[in-house]
Amino acid sequence: MKLRLRYFASIREALGAGESLDVAEGATVASVRDALIARGGAHAVVLARGRALRSALDQVLCDESAAVADGSEVAFFPPVTGG
Amino acid sequence: MSGPRVTVQVADFDLGREVAALRGGDAGVGAVAAFVGTVRDRNDGQGVSSMELEHYPGMTERAIEAMIDEAQRRFDIRGARVIHRVGVLQPEDQIMMVAVTSAHRGEAFQACEFLMDYLKTQAPFWKKEQTPEGARWVDARSSDDAAIARWGITAGNAPVAPNGPREA
Repeated sequence: MKLRLRYFASIREALGAGESLDVAEGATVASVRDALIARGGAHAVVLARGRALRSALDQVLCDESAAVADGSEVAFFPPVTGG
Repeated sequence: MSGPRVTVQVADFDLGREVAALRGGDAGVGAVAAFVGTVRDRNDGQGVSSMELEHYPGMTERAIEAMIDEAQRRFDIRGARVIHRVGVLQPEDQIMMVAVTSAHRGEAFQACEFLMDYLKTQAPFWKKEQTPEGARWVDARSSDDAAIARWGITAGNAPVAPNGPREA
């Protein structure tokens, strides 16, 4: 399955605005994050477990247990600070 | 009320004009509550010379629309309008506004505060400040999570423990 990844704020500064990623059936937002961490480098630093990070699936905030589908848009970003 | 409920824009806004449009033609409105957020020249003990706001186009509008739907389920309000600016802003600039109309003041005050508390912790905006020591991303505040918790909503936004050293 092909996913579109989007990054914002400090994550975007480190990784760029986004990329595409191929994942196996049954993937979740958590497994996507783990696959990115496993690449090492900047991905491993800014997406590291223990860092405050929020995620959205198809432009709705989600828990990392959310299952992704072919064509899903998955976003990772820091806690929000608008208003 | 027939105009858009949510707008994300670079341009400034005129609260008076927005309130007039929101309550225009609705003689059932007896109360308007509004909040305007502005850029302070200091934050967390440091001077702020400017601020840049980033958002997640598409998700932002969708998230705030859902918040207004929720406000309408919880409170007896007649209309709501949210405008949030993005891009580079200076101290004293307006950042965003929420305005709510209702028959009586109690619901308008409550819905306005609810929308603000919700937006602070769930709408995908990020602020980056320019300070004498360089640029820094603004940290989420646990007090904002506490504010939305009063409405029975778990924010999960602010980190439980500090995130380590700030990036330069």
